[in-house]
Amino acid sequence: MAKNKPEGYLSAKESRRISRENRRITNAMEKKRKRKNVPESEYLTEMHDSGNAVEFDNLHTYFFTDAGTVKSVDGVTFEVPIGKTVGVVGESGCGKSVTSLSLMQLLQRPQGQVVEGEIRLNLGSKSYDVTKMPNVELQKLRGNFMSMIFQEPMTSLNPVFRIGKQLDEVIFLHDGDGKTKEDVKKRTIELLEMVGIANSEGVYKMYPHELSGGMRQRVMIAMALACNPRIIIADEPTTALDVTIQAQVLDLLRSLKDKINSSIMFITHDLGVIAEMADYVVVMYAGRIVEKGTADDIFHHPAHPYTIGLMASKPVVGKQVDKLYSIPGKVPNPINMPNYCYFKDRCEMCVNGCEGEYPPEISISETHKVSCYRFTEANKKGNKEGGEA
Amino acid sequence: MRNYIIKRILLSILILFCTTFVIYAVMRCLPTSYAEQMALRLASAPNAKPYQELLAQLNKTYGLDRDIFTGYIGWLKDFAVGNFGDSWKFTVPVVDKFADSVGISFIMGVITLILELIISIPLGIIAATKQYSRTDYVISAGALVGISLPTFFFATILQLIFAVKLRWFDTHGMVGRNFAQLDSWGQFLDYAHHMVLPIVTITIVSIGGLMRYTRTNMLEVLNADYIRTARAKGLSEKKVIYSHAFRNTLIPLVTIVGGSLPGLFSGALITETLFAINGIGYVSYQAMVAGDIPFSMFYMTFIALLTLLGNLISDVLYAVVDPRVRVAG
Repeated sequence: MAKNKPEGYLSAKESRRISRENRRITNAMEKKRKRKNVPESEYLTEMHDSGNAVEFDNLHTYFFTDAGTVKSVDGVTFEVPIGKTVGVVGESGCGKSVTSLSLMQLLQRPQGQVVEGEIRLNLGSKSYDVTKMPNVELQKLRGNFMSMIFQEPMTSLNPVFRIGKQLDEVIFLHDGDGKTKEDVKKRTIELLEMVGIANSEGVYKMYPHELSGGMRQRVMIAMALACNPRIIIADEPTTALDVTIQAQVLDLLRSLKDKINSSIMFITHDLGVIAEMADYVVVMYAGRIVEKGTADDIFHHPAHPYTIGLMASKPVVGKQVDKLYSIPGKVPNPINMPNYCYFKDRCEMCVNGCEGEYPPEISISETHKVSCYRFTEANKKGNKEGGEA
Repeated sequence: MRNYIIKRILLSILILFCTTFVIYAVMRCLPTSYAEQMALRLASAPNAKPYQELLAQLNKTYGLDRDIFTGYIGWLKDFAVGNFGDSWKFTVPVVDKFADSVGISFIMGVITLILELIISIPLGIIAATKQYSRTDYVISAGALVGISLPTFFFATILQLIFAVKLRWFDTHGMVGRNFAQLDSWGQFLDYAHHMVLPIVTITIVSIGGLMRYTRTNMLEVLNADYIRTARAKGLSEKKVIYSHAFRNTLIPLVTIVGGSLPGLFSGALITETLFAINGIGYVSYQAMVAGDIPFSMFYMTFIALLTLLGNLISDVLYAVVDPRVRVAG
């Protein structure tokens, strides 16, 4: 989208041209998705590693807005192993939530579209590429094989239906074959007890507004566990809660993780939470993965300047500082991304190669990967120790 | 809840007093009065008394010589014991004239309201779920045309097309020429036949507003977090929209429908006049122009009462459809 006017300004003509173009693209995609009787072979796929629950492969999710195309997720590749927790961190707007919504296929249609790449979901006997699935088939997966806990427990439950009804609904939908109303209710109450709600019979009959935020989040967690999900996406589940409740909900999630054999994709910008929860960590910046590795790799040997900056901007108990560190500058405009490293303009550790195009993914160790020129063969030697902020 | 309703009723009574006083004061302050018009007419007759003398005499007869406040108290006393008086213009008891004309308006009102609801709510939902699509634009543009059309203009167009050109209906009137010869079923059909054009007019003109209201509310609800939750559960789109979203859209809609209760009885002045239907809208218009205080007061008080009742009902319904209100009430 060429812009010949000052930053952020689009002429009416330009805007109309963009929206016309967008409609053409999105209509074609929507049409493809709405087809009836799509053969299963079209979205049937092979997992690259059968030990993974989900594999994101070169995922590109774009939003076709009237101001231009926003590349929210631009080539993201990572996998969630079965039974493990993967933490996704990054600041607001870096594409964490869009990545998870791409998996659920709950993007804001028709603007938001997965334009390239695959998301492979392991169902045990077979695996599907959710980006190519028609809506009807997706509905059988959502809430059943993949479920989601949202950020805002206060508004995520429907205010006009009782808690019991909202939970029963999921069980009936995916697991209701041959079950009577009583069976389903029993299961719902069992779920409520599992997430630590003491007065489960009473809560069953309550409306969401009669519960506190922490209780509502427990209900949301119960809803996510209702069937037997292969993967649970927790999209900043504790952000809207106060610290004590936050700790309780995290404890709950951790204890549930041991009880159920499903993977968790944990999205947050709270590094402390990630350190407690995650086995693997993926650090995202401006729609791309800048660094990924095990929790130990990321927390004890951060490699990318952005990760190092994030670690430095976290308060440390027992350490006296006048002012918390903050990474200078701001995230680049998502509509016109530069064609060099997105972090270059904010980076304090630039090396010679940084002028070039976006850095490739470089393996530091078996598990630890980073996209930064500091770790290319040429720059490796001088950078091992120096350069810490 | 009961305390709340009692409180609201007591408050309504107070409001009713104020409203009726204002209406009475306005009626008395009109630049003309029934006595003046009558005095003018009588004075122009041959050998009549002079105008001033006649006016004083008539004012005394109709109680218009009292000041506004005592006049109001007098009216209130009569009204309180159920003595509504005789209509000055129609020279029959107010209640008889009212009962005579309200039926047809009520029937028209009910049919119109039902049509309005069953047309505009589904249209609003469709427009909202397909926002910015061609369907949405067509529906929204149609609604805008409906809102903007003046009733008298649209009624005249309908008369021209369907009555004058196509001759499917009569241009006006409540019954056909050979009404008296028909059996009771035929008479009913004849009535119905004559109601078609007026009802179509009112419906078309009124659906736009409700449709846009439904669309706006539906759009707001569809963007809510709990709708995303419903989709994340794997519910079908149909279930998401018609069960999860619509239940929430219903909340503001109830207020509108409750508020339209007085509209059922108030009649449609312009439409009734154009189609020569002796409904309450037309009759009250005649009474008001003539300065007929007893009839106008009765009609206005009745409407005020219904408005208050409508508000109360919609508040109670609010609590029925929205569980959050139940406790607070």
